[in-house]
Amino acid sequence: MTGVARKNGPRIVRIASGQGFWGDWLEAPIRQVEGGPIDYLMMDYLAEVTMSIMQKQRTRDPAMGYARDFVPLMERLLPAVAERGVRVVSNAGGVNPQACAAGVLEVAASLGLADAVRVGVVSGDDILDRLDALIAAGHHLTNMDTGEPLETVRDRIQSANVYLGAWPVVEALARGANVVVTGRVTDTGLTLGPMIHEFGWAADDWDRIAAGTVAGHINECGAQSTGGNCLVDWETIPDLADPGYPIVEAHPDGTFVVTKHPGTGGRVSVASVSEQLLYEMGDPANYITPDCVVDFTSIRLEQAGPDRVAVAGVRGRPATDFLKVSISYHYGYKAVGTLVYAWPDAYRKAQRADQILRERLRRLDLVFEEILTEYVGVNATHGPMAGEPDPDIAEVQLRIGVRSRDVGPVRRFTRELAPLILNGPPSSTGFAAGRPKVEEIVAYWPALIPKSEITPSVEILTAGGGK
Amino acid sequence: MGAKRRRFRGGATGGTRRVRLLELAHARSGDKGDTANVGLIALRPEYYPLLVREVTAARVAAHFGGVIRGDVVRFELPNLNALNFLLHGALGGGGTLSLKTDAQGKVFSTALLRMEIDVPEALDVE
Repeated sequence: MTGVARKNGPRIVRIASGQGFWGDWLEAPIRQVEGGPIDYLMMDYLAEVTMSIMQKQRTRDPAMGYARDFVPLMERLLPAVAERGVRVVSNAGGVNPQACAAGVLEVAASLGLADAVRVGVVSGDDILDRLDALIAAGHHLTNMDTGEPLETVRDRIQSANVYLGAWPVVEALARGANVVVTGRVTDTGLTLGPMIHEFGWAADDWDRIAAGTVAGHINECGAQSTGGNCLVDWETIPDLADPGYPIVEAHPDGTFVVTKHPGTGGRVSVASVSEQLLYEMGDPANYITPDCVVDFTSIRLEQAGPDRVAVAGVRGRPATDFLKVSISYHYGYKAVGTLVYAWPDAYRKAQRADQILRERLRRLDLVFEEILTEYVGVNATHGPMAGEPDPDIAEVQLRIGVRSRDVGPVRRFTRELAPLILNGPPSSTGFAAGRPKVEEIVAYWPALIPKSEITPSVEILTAGGGK
Repeated sequence: MGAKRRRFRGGATGGTRRVRLLELAHARSGDKGDTANVGLIALRPEYYPLLVREVTAARVAAHFGGVIRGDVVRFELPNLNALNFLLHGALGGGGTLSLKTDAQGKVFSTALLRMEIDVPEALDVE
């Protein structure tokens, strides 16, 4: 038990965010468990592209297919889990949550904590092996963006995962898991699940389910709600060398406070939380998750103290009858190369190099779906909105990308940049990294599937064996 | 906006003047497929009605002309003194297909803050 009052007294449950994506700051989760009392640590690892990367890793090695750095991280976190009752909820399981859970149990055993760790494994999201049966049953898994049926790319599909919501996480916690490892559970479900479990909210208590979903949206990108990537007075945001990641202090009535540990850097303000609320937002009145539909126009924010923002008023509506499916498929290849041109006439030299390169690609009869030229320092971020550059500009980076369905033209393109250093316009440099890399493009296919087709699975594993 | 105070009076006419959105709002942007979203948040509540009046979907589409291929849709969030814009066909195919530096639309936010709008001459701008 932490210092947080739980079964008696004011029911506040503290849910801390430890990772906003696979590759986020490794120190953040450690600081969350060491910096003050928390009840839960949520860690989000999955983006759309991540699942296909993990699927490929699993194809090469059946023991892979999850966020591998989660296991060494758990080695550092498990003492807090065992000694202070902090529970960890993460979708680090990717396309192989069982293997991820096995890794966690192995580490627990090596720390002498085997008896103290119960891992809940949430799966049932992976429908790759069921696709043909689902299509045969009349589910066309039409692309939500383009309207095309899945048959168009059927032979190139690499992964297919349904977004599960908070409820399988709730089941894992109810069955005593203190580490919950999931496949494709929504980012928001990782925060909402603990709130439902602690407060016993009903599945149709839409306003509270929506409130927990908003809390999840604030937690899911790590420090992006606590002063990271925040434009307002950005130069005065304290100590971003040690940013405090968000902590949601949840109340049973669905209201909550967003804060961070004392003594950490960053800033929790109405501005920082508002920016995160709008991040990746579609229609704010219809924010659809597996658990509910949230109306973001109902949210009220108030600065409730230094680095404390109170959130109230959240309204929700019934969940839809569908789940979103994230399908990935092989699309083609791309490569991006750069060269830096120096003063004088840096921009004009870079432009000339671009013309020459394109002419050479043409003479080689290389066919690309797209060739994109950007000039870093001139227009790479804001395009024509940036206006004309200073004619005396110190340097310009020429950045050229190509994309093709076939690997051949892309591979040849990667050989065409370096020669320009000696046989093109003068004063180019910055090619030390060598030839551009050919990258496979795995594209993303969003679709919907009726909830009735999907049955999430929850297992509880201990070091002594499954149960 | 703290250290970055600037005024733009170039377009001043009869009781109004032109101000960059940077002086009135902050913003965050992200991606959904080939669509960029830009959340635009008033720095003070009294600026919000000006944003609603001046920063229309049509003006945003014109501002991003040559950068986006699709249309622009606007949503209002008066509770946050904010507008949310969806800019379709903005990211060169989006996700992994895009060749752009800003494939995920991360800095469409500050691109929008370059826009200038007319505000009353008397408006108190930080």
